[in-house]
Amino acid sequence: MNKSLASHGQIIWALFVTRTKEFYRDRGALLWSMLLPICIVAAIAIAFSGKGQELFRVGVYQSGTALISEKLLEQPFVETVNYDNFEKALVRVRHHQLDLLLAADQPGKYWINETSVKGIAAEKLLLAQLDPIRKGGADTEWSRQLVSGQQIRYVDWVIPGVLGMNVMFGALFGIGFVIVRYRKNGVLKRLQVTPVTPLEFLTAQVLSRLLVMMITAAVVYIGCDLFLNFVMLGNYLLLALVAVLGIFAMITLALIIASRTASEELANGLLNFAAFPMLLLSEVWFSLDNAPAWLQAVSQCFPLTHMVQAARDIMMSGAGFVEVSHHLLVMTLMSGVFLAVAAYLFRWNER
Amino acid sequence: MNPILEVRHLKKQFAELTAVDDISFQIQPGTCFGLLGPNGAGKTTTIEMIEGLTEPTGGEILYQGKPRDQRFKMEAGIQFQSTSVMDKLAVIEILKLFHSLYSKRSDLNALIQTCELQSLLPQKATKLSGGQKQRLMFALALINDPQIVFLDEPTTGLDPQSRRNLWGMIERIKAQGKTVLLTTHYMDEAEILCDTLVIVDRGKIIAQGTPQELLKQHFDHFYVSLDRADFESYLPHWPEAVNESHDVIEIQSQSVEATLQQLQQHQVNLRSLRVRNPTLEDLFLKLTGHSLRE
Repeated sequence: MNKSLASHGQIIWALFVTRTKEFYRDRGALLWSMLLPICIVAAIAIAFSGKGQELFRVGVYQSGTALISEKLLEQPFVETVNYDNFEKALVRVRHHQLDLLLAADQPGKYWINETSVKGIAAEKLLLAQLDPIRKGGADTEWSRQLVSGQQIRYVDWVIPGVLGMNVMFGALFGIGFVIVRYRKNGVLKRLQVTPVTPLEFLTAQVLSRLLVMMITAAVVYIGCDLFLNFVMLGNYLLLALVAVLGIFAMITLALIIASRTASEELANGLLNFAAFPMLLLSEVWFSLDNAPAWLQAVSQCFPLTHMVQAARDIMMSGAGFVEVSHHLLVMTLMSGVFLAVAAYLFRWNER
Repeated sequence: MNPILEVRHLKKQFAELTAVDDISFQIQPGTCFGLLGPNGAGKTTTIEMIEGLTEPTGGEILYQGKPRDQRFKMEAGIQFQSTSVMDKLAVIEILKLFHSLYSKRSDLNALIQTCELQSLLPQKATKLSGGQKQRLMFALALINDPQIVFLDEPTTGLDPQSRRNLWGMIERIKAQGKTVLLTTHYMDEAEILCDTLVIVDRGKIIAQGTPQELLKQHFDHFYVSLDRADFESYLPHWPEAVNESHDVIEIQSQSVEATLQQLQQHQVNLRSLRVRNPTLEDLFLKLTGHSLRE
C-alpha cells in the first residue's frame, strides 16, 4: 500500500497550509517579527546619524611583507586594518569604509576615494608623515590611485546583517519551538498514527516557514528601505535566492535542535546556543576583517555568515551570481547535511 | 472466525519496571473488546504497543493474521487518552486536515452528525470543553472509516452526561460493524460497552471473558446493603458473610428472598435497604484484594 507521489504532495500541502494558517493567525508573533528589525535598524540609523568618530581607517595589504609608513600607522588616531585580499580592500575604499589603502607589494602607491572627505584628510596625513621618508632618500614617488564608489554608511553596511539576523531568529525559533510544542502537547503523537511520514511532516514545516520568512524578510526590507533608503546595487532575484538558501539552511539547523526534545526550556537553550555565536561572528554588527584568522575560519562554519556576506556583496558591490556562488554552494551543502541529520534524529515522541 | 487482532505474549520492560508482562488475547471482528484495570495497570502501554507508538520488549502483534504494516495505519482509528491538535485551527479545519491525510475516508458530513459536532465547526479546538474535545478526538479516530478503533480511556474526566453521550456514539459505531478496543477503569463503562474483556493488574491479565461469564464464574451471590445504624445491633448474630464499611454494611446473599425474610424476622428497619448484583469492581476486588481506583 505505497503512497503515490500525488498523495505525498497532498499530505505535504495539507500540513503546509495548516502550519501557515497557524502562523498568520498568531497576530502578535506576526507583527513582532516584522516590527522588531525595523525598530533595530531605526535605532541604528538614529544612533549613527550624528558626526562620526574622528578616526582614520587605513587598510594595509600584505602588511608583513614590507615596511609601510610605520609613522602613519603608529598614530593614535589611525586604526589599521590588514588585508590579504587586495580586491576586498579596494571595495572597502570604494564604500568609504576605509579612508586609505596601502599595499606592500606596490610601494609608493596609495588608494583613496576622492569623494570621501576623510579619505582626502587621510591622504594629507599620509603625505605629511611620508615626507621625512622621502627626504631621507627613499626613491619612491608616491602616487595617488583613485577609487570611485558611492559612500556606504554604517546603516547600509549593517542592513544585510540585521535582515539576516531577523531571518536567523525567525527560522531557528519559529520552527524549533513549533516542533517542540507539537511534541509536548501531543500533536506529533496524533500525527504519528496517521499515514504521515516524518519526511512529509518536516517538508511541510520547512516550506511553510520558508514562505513565512521570505514574506517577512521582504516586508522588513521594504520597510527599512522606505525609512533609510539604503544602498542596493545588485540583482533582487539573486538576493532572493541568497535569502531562500540562507533561510533553508537555518531552518534545517533548527530541525536538528528540535528533532527529539519535548522541553521548551531545553530547546530555548539549544537554539540560543546556535543563535548567539552566529549573531556575534557572522558579521551582523561588525566586520571580522581585523579578527584573527582562526576566528574568521570559525565564522565560515555558520550559515548566517554566508548569507550576510553574499547579501552584502550583492547589495553593496552589485556582485553577480559567480561572485557569490561559493556562498550559495556552501549554504546548499549545509542545508543538505542538516536535513539529513535532522531526518535521522527525528522522533515523533520524546521517548 | 479469524481474529482481527491477536496479541501473543506481549511484554514491555521500562528499566526496573515490567509494565506489561506476558499478555495474550484475541479480538474478534465487529466486537467491543475491553482492557479493564486501575491506573498504572499497563493498559495504555499495551494499547500504545498495538498502535505502534511504543516498541514492545517482547511478544507478537498480528493484524488480520499478519504483522502490522502500512495497511494497519490506514485501517486503524485511534483516540488517545490525552492529546492535542493545532492551536489556531477551527474544528472544521482540523477535520478537513485529518480527512485529507487518508486515501480511504469517512463521509465527513455523516461523521459530523454522528459525533454531534455541527454547532462546534467554527470554534477553535482550544476553546472546546472536555466533552466537546473528546467528541472531536472521537471523530478524528473515525475519519479514515477504520476497521478497528482504539479508544484509550475515552470518558476519563468527563461529566456523566458527556460520558453517556460518548457511550451512545460507541454503540453506534459498534452497530456499523467496527471493531473497538477500549481501555477504561470504569467498570460500568466496560459492562455496558464491552462484549469481551480482560482485566489487567500490574501488567498481567487476571481475568478474561465476557462480563456476564466472568461475573457468573466468580459470584453466586447478590449484595444486600443497609445503613450501619439500622443493622449494627444484629451484626454479631448474622449468619452470612458481610462487607463492612464506615456507614454501610453489605450482606453477601445467596437468596434475596431468604435474606429479606431473615431481616424481617429480626425486625430490622429496612428503610435503607438496597439490593444489587455483583459488578466488575467487585470482581476486581475479589481477584486482587484492592479496588480499581486505588
